[in-house]
Amino acid sequence: MTTHYLVLSALLFSIGAIGVLIRRNAIVVFMCVELMLNAANLALVAFARMHGNLDGQIIAFFVMVVAAAEVVVGLAIIVTIFRTRRSASVDDVNLLKY
Amino acid sequence: MSTLLAAPPGTIPAPTIEYTQLAPMMLVFGAAIVGVLVEAFAPRHLRSAVHVPLTLLSLAGAFALTILLAVDGTRNVAAMGAVAVDGPSLFIHGTILVLAFVSVLLFNERLQFVSQAASVPGSTEEEDSLEEGAVQTEVYPLALFAIGGMLLFSAANDLLAMFVGLEVMSLPLYLLCGLARRRRLLSQEAAVKYFLLGAFSSAFFLYGMALIYGFAGSVDLAKINDALGSASGRDTLLYVGAALLGVGLLFKIGAAPFQAWKPDVYQGAPTPITALMASGTLVAAFGAVLRVFWVALGNLDWDWRPVMWGVAILTMVVGAILAITQTDIKRMLAYSSIAHAGFLLTGVIATGGPAQNEEALSGILFYLVAYGFTTVGAFAVVTMVRDAGGEAGHLSRWAGLGKRSPLLAGVFAFFLLAFAGIPLTSGFFGKYAVFAAAVSGGATPLVIVGVVSSAIAAFFYVRVIVLMFFSDPAPDGPTVDVSSMGTAAVVAVAAAATVVLGVLPQPVLDLADAAAHSLFVR
Repeated sequence: MTTHYLVLSALLFSIGAIGVLIRRNAIVVFMCVELMLNAANLALVAFARMHGNLDGQIIAFFVMVVAAAEVVVGLAIIVTIFRTRRSASVDDVNLLKY
Repeated sequence: MSTLLAAPPGTIPAPTIEYTQLAPMMLVFGAAIVGVLVEAFAPRHLRSAVHVPLTLLSLAGAFALTILLAVDGTRNVAAMGAVAVDGPSLFIHGTILVLAFVSVLLFNERLQFVSQAASVPGSTEEEDSLEEGAVQTEVYPLALFAIGGMLLFSAANDLLAMFVGLEVMSLPLYLLCGLARRRRLLSQEAAVKYFLLGAFSSAFFLYGMALIYGFAGSVDLAKINDALGSASGRDTLLYVGAALLGVGLLFKIGAAPFQAWKPDVYQGAPTPITALMASGTLVAAFGAVLRVFWVALGNLDWDWRPVMWGVAILTMVVGAILAITQTDIKRMLAYSSIAHAGFLLTGVIATGGPAQNEEALSGILFYLVAYGFTTVGAFAVVTMVRDAGGEAGHLSRWAGLGKRSPLLAGVFAFFLLAFAGIPLTSGFFGKYAVFAAAVSGGATPLVIVGVVSSAIAAFFYVRVIVLMFFSDPAPDGPTVDVSSMGTAAVVAVAAAATVVLGVLPQPVLDLADAAAHSLFVR
């Protein structure tokens, strides 16, 4: 049974990782990162069930808290740069290079 | 955590927290929380006067507590196995606290930090806030949270505490990167890049942690190591998990191919924050790398060593070669920091028997101290060379600085020579200790690559020195701002440390040996 959840979790993680690499809007990129974190949560809970201990479930709670804190910081940064440039595209942040 | 299940239903055994052993960390976090309260309740004009002593005193207090713990001699695992209190972690804590203390001395919210982070650059709102003399004093509590995160990250004994430490360290740094007073577009861009890439890499770390948990049934580093021998049939989880964990950690130390964020972020961030990141974050991240690869995956070294060889070689070469083409002083120092991460990785690879591990560990610890002081000093000099638009970042503006202010240019040249590893500077003994350990650990080809890339790196350090001393200053060249006592003190302390560690390294080497002697508690 665990395998099904792991396959789903790996799929979600890959969708998230590919999204980070190919999407252009900073908000969508950030949502893809959140998808990766949630994929990790699913894997943790599935493994907790498989091992019969609670560690994985407890870790999932920690991850949710961390993800919420990350949203606060991330949106603050993205909104600030959007107000400056009127754009949230990651292709437009190109002043610093090489 | 798993012991909770064993208790009879209805009773939950209370966890034990060793408050005395966690005191340094708690003091830093406590001061950070007090700092937030000061932001909330103190009147605006008083905040700075409260924050600076609070921050400095808490860091000094935490350092004193760390010394007490080191003298006390207790070495164990505190907080139900979450935090290790052992020789290396105490040494790394002491290093982080001292480097953070000198970095915080560089903070000057009127000179380097934005007046109002929420105002759009170039808007009337920004002009108003500048006229009003508004300052963003939140930088002090944010820095304290980041420093507390570094302490937890480097001493974590299970992957969960390490992940939490990683995030507590990184989240305030993402914000701090975007708070530069001048060149705000660059600063905000650096924050966005650091945030998106940092969040991406910590997602990798987290997924690696989940897979390792699936393999071992625990995230405790020692239990993972035990499971390496016993758990079978789940090797795929282990290898993929270890690789993903490695990606997350190598990103934080800025090893190639995960180094792309470092130059951008170092250039865009306010220089005192760059100093804090280049010293404290690097030290903390190496603490975590050592703990994961030596304690948790120590018995897997035959599998991770070849990969780390490649990473170390790539990091040294990329750092040294790309530094040559840089025209911005902070960017150049960022590439130099990448190369130094590569030199340190050669020490991480040099594992073997206990004696060999001890030698490598003590070399790495000494290198971290030596490099940390020199890099804080170099960035402190960068904050002092200013022209109308803020810091004079472009290298061409540094031409002839040696004729204008020979003392400052001389000190900067000395820091650059220490980066290059010239004898009689701290950099020489750091490199010598790490490379000697790598040779006795059987990594001679790696050391050859390291020496060659040191030579390439020396080329661009010398180029900057030549530029400063043997070309004529531009008529509208930058001025040297010596108004800040704190900054001058940091330059003096860093220069003194670089000399003393280069001429009389023995006391610190002995300290590093003693710290490395017990290796990591498990």
